[in-house]
This record gives sequence, structure tokens and C-alpha cells, in this order.
Amino acid sequence: MPPFYAQLINLFAAILLLLSFAMLSQRRVLSLIDLFAAQGLALAASTAVVAWGTGQHHLYWSAGLTFGLKVLLLPWILYRLIRRLNVNWDVERLINVPTTMLIGIVLVVFSFNLAVPISQLASTVTRSTLGIAMACVMLSFLMMITRRKAIPQVIGFLSMENGLFFAATSATYGMPMVVELGIALDVLVGVLILGVFFFQIREQFDSLDLKHLESLREVEE
Amino acid sequence: MIEILAVLGFPLAGGLLLAAVGHRREAAAANIAASLATFVASVALTARVIVDGPMLVLDRLFFVDPFNVFLVTLTAFVGFTTALFSRPYMRVEHERGHVDAVRLRLYHSMYQLFSFTMLLALLTNNMGILWVALEAATLTTVLLVSLYRTPASLEAAWKYFILCGVGIAQALFGTILLFFAAEKLLGAAGGALLWTELNAVKGQLEPTVLSLAFVFLLVGYGTKVGLAPLHNWLPDAHAEGPTPVSAVLSGLLLNVALYAVVRCKVLVDGAIPTAFAKNLMMGFGLVSVVVAAFLLSRQKDVKRLFAYSSIEHMGIITFAFGMGGPIASFAGLLHMTVHSLTKSAIFFAVGHAAQKSGTQQIDGIRGLITASPVVGWGLMIGTLAILGMPPFGVFASEFLILTTAMREQPWATPLLLVALGIAFASIFSKVQPMAFGEPSAARLPHRPAMAPVFVHLAIVLMLGLWIPPFLAGWYRQAARLIG
Repeated sequence: MPPFYAQLINLFAAILLLLSFAMLSQRRVLSLIDLFAAQGLALAASTAVVAWGTGQHHLYWSAGLTFGLKVLLLPWILYRLIRRLNVNWDVERLINVPTTMLIGIVLVVFSFNLAVPISQLASTVTRSTLGIAMACVMLSFLMMITRRKAIPQVIGFLSMENGLFFAATSATYGMPMVVELGIALDVLVGVLILGVFFFQIREQFDSLDLKHLESLREVEE
Repeated sequence: MIEILAVLGFPLAGGLLLAAVGHRREAAAANIAASLATFVASVALTARVIVDGPMLVLDRLFFVDPFNVFLVTLTAFVGFTTALFSRPYMRVEHERGHVDAVRLRLYHSMYQLFSFTMLLALLTNNMGILWVALEAATLTTVLLVSLYRTPASLEAAWKYFILCGVGIAQALFGTILLFFAAEKLLGAAGGALLWTELNAVKGQLEPTVLSLAFVFLLVGYGTKVGLAPLHNWLPDAHAEGPTPVSAVLSGLLLNVALYAVVRCKVLVDGAIPTAFAKNLMMGFGLVSVVVAAFLLSRQKDVKRLFAYSSIEHMGIITFAFGMGGPIASFAGLLHMTVHSLTKSAIFFAVGHAAQKSGTQQIDGIRGLITASPVVGWGLMIGTLAILGMPPFGVFASEFLILTTAMREQPWATPLLLVALGIAFASIFSKVQPMAFGEPSAARLPHRPAMAPVFVHLAIVLMLGLWIPPFLAGWYRQAARLIG
């Protein structure tokens, strides 16, 4: 019987995976941001539980960092961006949600298989969640492929970063602090730059639909 | 140590300063000054390394060895010459109304910060910081690619951001796996991501984890190197951004990303008894050479043409490092140097030629040698150099790579030879009428900065005939390290 905190971590991991599936099928951009914030919250909570359960105190810092960045700052920036861009009515027409879900399930099975040899080598109590972390990465990847609008694609990208961060905590109790800070800085700067970039796209095309961005070809006719 | 801080400090300070005043008329000069200061600092660092040998400073955070010292100097040098070229080039763009003062400020600031991220990636000893710096290098150049705000440039920048972002996320996973494997041996106290520490224990790292990590690292950083089939972003980003940005992307960023791959390869080779990493790199390298060679003949835009040529050359270098051994790795390092110098020189010439003709389309650029002998000859000589004509340095490195391939991987030699032949025919047949023929070009309002082109080509010529002893010594030591 694993200790209580390990079960708690498994619970959060399950929530994380569930949220990834929810994001895959969410059509409204604003709800997508809420789901992203919820995912950040689950991630911060599970990191804090790992810190408490294993006595790895530096993980409290990364839990705090995750909370500040992914629950408060990034969703706030995205909300503001959407209001300023005036695209909050933006509803995507998703093709074939059931098929996407089925592909998602296949990806989860694949990730669990891929994670088995690594999990066996890990000595952390959280090793069983490595498969979930990889599944989250794969599902975000799938989300980026299926989305045709700019903002959902970016949220997919950020959610992939969440999955990677979860992989780092579950396999190794987190990367060194200086690296984590650097990654957080990159993510933040990336979102700010994309914000600028969205305004440029909308100014040029009057929409954030990526179908306008498909004219460059490998071989010119 | 003070030299390392100077190498990193000048571009960082320059970037912050230019973010405030980069729209002024003097900003281009300040950009040159900051790049020159960086270059001088890198020369001082080189001199220090020649005297004292490799160094590991600031709590093992920075690391200089024969493998990265010449890349640091090369990066600072090409950064400086590109700043020289960029001044008249961007002035013409400004006067033609393609960029306004606000965007020039963005341009100058990001140019310096981009240099900073590349130098940080080269100098850091921490594989995590290496990742952070390479991701930051993407971020600083995204807005440069979209500087003209045309539909095509926005598309190119979006593609660049998403593809490189997703690619580099794979590399982060690879880095996590690397850390995971090393943590058991080195403890979690920060030492487990330091390359020097990893290199010391590479024989004991878990092979399964390392081979999985290398796949992710190669795919991730390989996206930034532009290895086929992950190269889609590269021609677009090169063609749609301002030409100075194409020059530094092609001449420097690809090298830095490849540097990251090779650092990882050294660790993986030490951990796995089989030639897994080598085979993977040879495969990716060959595919890139062949794919790029066949796409070259179908290009109509001159910057795209040379972007595909960059993919081809990165493929050759990756193949050389994959083959390994003292001669192939030596040739790979030499090829990194000469490709970087030649390709940036070509982009300088192409930039001026495109401005004179008012188009980037190959059909619209004609008779450069009549209209402007320096630009025309610069482009012609640069093209001959990149195509591997003796006595330029590219010939020397390609010759070494091909002869080693004949001995060690005979099956690959015909593929390489055919691809090089096709590349030669496609590029030469397109550039020849651009240089000769009836002129179509107009005069530029400013004198083009052609000195960088000829300085670069002179160095490439020199490296084809004679390599300075300290440089040859570094290449040999680095080749021994790469294996």
C-alpha cells in the first residue's frame, strides 16, 4: 500500500490527464483558457504534494512558480489578449471529436508502454505517473495538430510544456532551480511575443484563422 | 573568466540599450559597436584559451574547450560583419518604407539579444541552460522574421515559432531523461546537468534511457539544425526575413543547434556500446543532403535557393559527425567554419543584389557584374566557394568527408556524390545568369557594404590552403573528443 501522499499524487495525475482530454474537445476559446488554468492548478498542487511527501523543499518553489505563472499570469495575459483582439466569440468548428478522442486513447496506451522501461528504473515514489506525463505531452501534440486557430494552438503548446514539467517532477523530483527559472522565463517571453504576433496576424488578415497562413510551399509553381 | 563575462555582457547590454534608443539614426552604429566589442572580447577569450588551455569557471557554470572556443569566435565575428552589412542594408529598407523607426528599434535590440543567446548556448556547461538559450534564440528571431509584416513573412514566422517550439519541446524531454539518468550517479544537487560532470561518468549512464533521450534530443535540436524531414520552417524563415537575419540564421544559429546535438552525441556514444547515435546522425544527414539537393533545382527565390543549400550543408556536417573518427570529425568542424563564413558572405551579396533589382526572384536579377562588379563577383565567387570548388575551404572539408566515407561507409559515397553534383548543377545554372547577362539592376542610394563579403571569402580561401596551427590543434582535440 503506497503512502497517502503517493495516492494523492496519482489522483492529481489522473485529473491532469482528464483535463488534457477535456481540452482536446473544448470548442470555446475562453473555456479552453479556464481548462488550461485548471491544469496548471493540478500541476502546482501535485508538485506541492511531492514536496511535502518527500521533503524535497526546492519543489515548493517550483510549485509556487507554476502557480504564479500558469494559474495566474498566463491565463490573465491570454484573457486580456482575447478581449483586446476582440475574438472571444471565436468558436472553432472541430471535425470529428469522437475520432480525435479515439486517437487520444491510442496515444495514452502508447505513452504508457513507452514509459514502462523508464519507470522501472526510477526510484521516485511518483514513477508510476511518468506514463501520464508522457500521455499529456502526446495529447497536447494532438491538440496542436487538430486545431486550426492560432490561440488554441498556442494553448496546446503551453499544455505540452505542462506535461513536460510533470514528467520532470515525476521522474526526477524536478530539474535544478536555475533551469526551471530559465524555462519559466522562456515560456513567459514566448507568450508575450506571441501576443504581439497575434496583433500582427489580425492586422494583416482580419482573423486568427490559420487557413490564411498556408500559402508558402516547398516547391514554387 | 572576465573574458567570458565580457563576451556575454556586451551583447546583453547592447540589446537592452538598443531596446531604448534603437530607433535613432545612430542605432546602426551602436549595433556595430556592440558587435565589435563582443568580437574583441571573444578574441581575448581565444588568446586566453591559447595560453591557458580549457577553462571551467563560475561554479562550473561556464566551460570553454577546443570544441566551443572557435565557435564562439566565429559567432562573434560573423555577428560583427553582419552588423556592418546590416547598416546600409537596413537604411535602404528604411528609406523605401519597408520598415519604420519602431521596427528598426526592435530589429537592433533583437539582433544583439540573439547574439547573446547563441553565445550563452555555446559557453554554458549546463545542458538545461543550453536548452533555455536555444529556445530563447528562437524567440528573439521570431519577430525578426516577421519584421516586414507581409502575409508571407507572418506565415513564415508562425511556422518557425510552432515547428521550432514543438521541436525544442522534444529536446526538453530528452534533457529531462538525461537528467534522470545522471541524477542516480551524481545526485540531484545541480551537478547532474553539467556537461563536464556527465562526460566524466558517461560510461556508467543507463544505456536504455540514454538512447531514448538521444532520439528526443536529435529530433528536437535537429529541427533547429534544419535536418530533413524537420526542415520545413527553414527556407520560409530565411526567405521572408530581412537578409541580415537570414545571414545569421544560416551562418550561426544552425551551427549552434548542431553544436548542441554533438555535445549530446558525445555523452550517448560513451554510454551505449553500439553505434546507435552515429547511425542515427548519418541517416538524418544523408536524408537532408539528398532531399535538399532535389529541392534546389525547383526554387525560384534566390534566398530560398541558398536556404536549401544550408540544409544540404548541415546534412553533410551531420553525416560527417555521425561517421566519426579523427578525420571525419576534423572535416565536420572545418566545414562548420567555412560554411558559416561562405553562406553569410553569399547572403550579404544576395541582399544587395535583391535591393538593386527590387526583387528576390531569380528571374528578376540579371547582369550583376555589369551593373555592379563588386556585388556580382562577390556572389559569383561565394557561389563557387559554397559549391566546393578548389582551392576554397569548402573543397578541403568536403574532400576529406568524401574520402573518409569511401573508406568507412562506401554505400553512402555515391548518394553523396550524386547529391553534390545535382546541387552544383542547380545552383550554378541559376546563379550564372544572375551574375552575367543583360543588367536589370538599378543604382542603390547608399554604397553597399561589400568588405565583409570579401573578408569572409578571403578567410575561406585561406582555410582551403593553410589552417593556422592553433586552429588545426583545436580541431584535432575537438575531433578526438567527438570521437
